[in-house]
Amino acid sequence: MVRSVTNFSRNGLSDWLVQRVSAVLLALYTLFMVGVFLANPDLGYDEWQQLFSLFWVKLFTLATLLALVGHSWVGMWTVATDYLKNTWVRFFFLSVIAVTAFVYLVTGVTAVWGV
Amino acid sequence: MKDHRPKNLDLATIHMPIAAITSILHRITGVMLFVAVGFLIWALRMSLESRQGFDQTVAIMTHPLAKLITWGILSLVVYHLFAGIKHLVMDAGFAETKEGGPMAAKITLGLSIFVIIMMGVWVW
Repeated sequence: MVRSVTNFSRNGLSDWLVQRVSAVLLALYTLFMVGVFLANPDLGYDEWQQLFSLFWVKLFTLATLLALVGHSWVGMWTVATDYLKNTWVRFFFLSVIAVTAFVYLVTGVTAVWGV
Repeated sequence: MKDHRPKNLDLATIHMPIAAITSILHRITGVMLFVAVGFLIWALRMSLESRQGFDQTVAIMTHPLAKLITWGILSLVVYHLFAGIKHLVMDAGFAETKEGGPMAAKITLGLSIFVIIMMGVWVW
């Protein structure tokens, strides 16, 4: 059996599933945000803060951030393995992606946590 | 190998099928979104930090140039979302025929263009 050591889960099926489950979550959060902005054209700081002070919004945001990390990792891994044939170039590229995704996660979680 | 196989090396007549165009656009928008989402998370953070930060975020986002960027990011989201939904529909076994594939691609492109224009109207 050929095993690819470079993809995160080392399993194509779980990558496939992660990509789709995270996609649905990201889509739902996108619709949620569009809905919030459409329903409140004159959104102010108080309403904005009130929204993120709700526990379920924090939970939804955190889940979406985790989905973002998983989704972008599988996507970028797929793209990188298709176009970047040099192992070190690909390793460098994916390292940058991993660090950036981690920064996104921490920045996003800490942004909503104290609200 | 046979020597008499038909050849078509006329580059002017060779082009990607429409389904391939939607596929590569899905990839390109995906890579661009990875960068774009950084700005969104940054805006989320700044807008929630303080009243001053919120006002600053609003001021930045209502700047004419920023509106163009906002519309650009929204366009990426819209296209990537619709092409993603097409993916899920095809995962479920629909639109996999010779006629169905290009049809789904056309619907994806048409809907995206329409909603992207609507987004432009919304932003301005």
